[in-house]
Amino acid sequence: MAKVNLRKVVKKYGALQVVHGIDLEIDDNEFVVLVGPSGCGKSTTLRMIAGLEAISDGEISIGERVVNDLPPRNRNISMVFQNYALYPHMTVRENLGFSLKIAKRPQEEIDRAVEAAAQILSLSEYMDRKPGALSGGQRQRVAMGRAIVRHPDVFLFDEPLSNLDAKLRTQMRTEIKKLHQKVKSTIVYVTHDQVEAMTLADRIVIMRDGHIEQVGTPLEVFETPANTFVATFIGSPPMNLLAGRVADGEIAIEGGPQIAVPDPFSGKVVNGQEVILGFRSDNLMPAGHAMPMEGGFTEFDMKVDLSEPLGTETLLFGSLAGKEVQAKMLNPRPVSDGEELRFQLDLTRCHLFDANSQQSLR
Amino acid sequence: MNENLQYRIRARLLKVLHFVTLFIAMAIICVPGLWVVLNSFRPTVEIMAKPPVWVPGDLNLDNYRAMFGAVGEGGVPVLQYFTNSLIISVTSTLIAILVGMAGGYAFARFRFKGKASIFIGLMLTRAVPGVSLSLPLFIVMAKTGLIDTHMGLILVYVALNVPFTIWLIDGFFRQVPVELAEAAEIDGCTRWQAFWKVEFPVARAGVASAGIFAFLTSWNEYALASQLTRSTFSKTMPVGLRDFTSEFTINWGGMCALAVLMIIPALILTFLVQKHLIAGLTFGGVKG
Repeated sequence: MAKVNLRKVVKKYGALQVVHGIDLEIDDNEFVVLVGPSGCGKSTTLRMIAGLEAISDGEISIGERVVNDLPPRNRNISMVFQNYALYPHMTVRENLGFSLKIAKRPQEEIDRAVEAAAQILSLSEYMDRKPGALSGGQRQRVAMGRAIVRHPDVFLFDEPLSNLDAKLRTQMRTEIKKLHQKVKSTIVYVTHDQVEAMTLADRIVIMRDGHIEQVGTPLEVFETPANTFVATFIGSPPMNLLAGRVADGEIAIEGGPQIAVPDPFSGKVVNGQEVILGFRSDNLMPAGHAMPMEGGFTEFDMKVDLSEPLGTETLLFGSLAGKEVQAKMLNPRPVSDGEELRFQLDLTRCHLFDANSQQSLR
Repeated sequence: MNENLQYRIRARLLKVLHFVTLFIAMAIICVPGLWVVLNSFRPTVEIMAKPPVWVPGDLNLDNYRAMFGAVGEGGVPVLQYFTNSLIISVTSTLIAILVGMAGGYAFARFRFKGKASIFIGLMLTRAVPGVSLSLPLFIVMAKTGLIDTHMGLILVYVALNVPFTIWLIDGFFRQVPVELAEAAEIDGCTRWQAFWKVEFPVARAGVASAGIFAFLTSWNEYALASQLTRSTFSKTMPVGLRDFTSEFTINWGGMCALAVLMIIPALILTFLVQKHLIAGLTFGGVKG
């Protein structure tokens, strides 16, 4: 149970810099998820916290202790690896008890801790099997059990669910969340799956190219993305982005409709400014199949190129100003390809980004 | 004729053919060995008989008795040769394995300058025929005073075996995921502990097979040993076989008896270590 602090942490491999001086404060018992596309430096950051990678510059502390040069064994952390990294020559029981055995704890204490972990993760039946005789989900649980047995200050998860099939992944996701409730502890979790990030995290850290793009609660990053990258990375389907120019309180989309500058941005743009308008498919809906619009909205016609019925709603693909745009239809009715529909865009939920900096104008 | 029947007959015939071919191949491989064993129990007359006598008429232990007997009556210092062979093979194998593990681990895990060229260099030493080294080795050993000693032959066998053990063990360590050692380090191990408690046990099948190969190479090697060992105190068993040749005669029965004694320890060792050779230990620890 400890805070984790990263101050100006840098990682270089020779001349190649992969993490560019990131700052991050993780609170006691907080569940923080590092998310980003592959190569964004999230795993490297986690491995630096673990001590598996040396840091090139900056400072990492766990609790009150600076751990920059401490080997992994002295950091009191646990890690769950993407490929589980279970010891194949040991039984489940030996795998779970390994860290305590290395620490030369008395056998009865080891037994008690191992039993307790097995209880929490319902592994008791498999204690004498070797990892080779376990299914993917069971291996995953053993890996988590090995992590909780030693009561670490911080749990580190490196894409722990990416080797599981879709159904098991959802199930294990819930188990990890439950585990966090049972074993109150600080967790740093790395994933490239934004759904995992949204569902698990107290706070999400979105990374790109070795920089932190935004830190916030799942709802914060969803509702007020700091830039176009976060806007398209978080949320599924990704946010629609259309380039336009501000003219007399309206945004002129090239070759598309004129759209009033959304209220939250009215004082923040100047005439002639190049902007990017962002809106989620949830806020662009055909009239009659939309949520009631409470604030300002605008209407325009759009041809539907393709529709994907999902049951409770249908995803509609059209194009505006030469760009593909996704919309949603509630209480869906069959839509034929090429059908022209009247769409309503909820202005209160729109986002504006500066076209040059890609940063939010909020 | 019924089409199915046709195919069934053809499958049967193929199967029979398969067994016959297999039998012939195995016979070619096994007959010399069996012939050696058989001859060690037969008198010279029967061994040299033309046409060959396949079914032995007279089996006895005379050759063994003579071999263990006094020097003048065809006896050979078997125990001394055996001890020499054992000391030289075991020691050189142990050293080759230790060096092989260190080297193999380094090649499997670390990145360093000239890695590829060093590796190729090591492999190239295998391309040199062993016998061509006999004269240079003889001179070096003679100058350093290592000729006719256990130590001399041990050094030669280590040098002969190390490239191979490195290559083999490197392959096995490559199969052990790096994450295992990392997990062990996070679980509280030092680098050293992580190796011995996790990586070594997982890769031990590879180490065992490298050990067998190194041992058998040293145990069976004749060409170099025949140059570098002269006296009873350093001669290995393969060299000892030559004691059965004299100016005009060759004692084939005695030679075969000693050969059988040579084969037995090698067989026993292979059987003992065989179960470690079963790979697949690394499966299951990672992924699904």
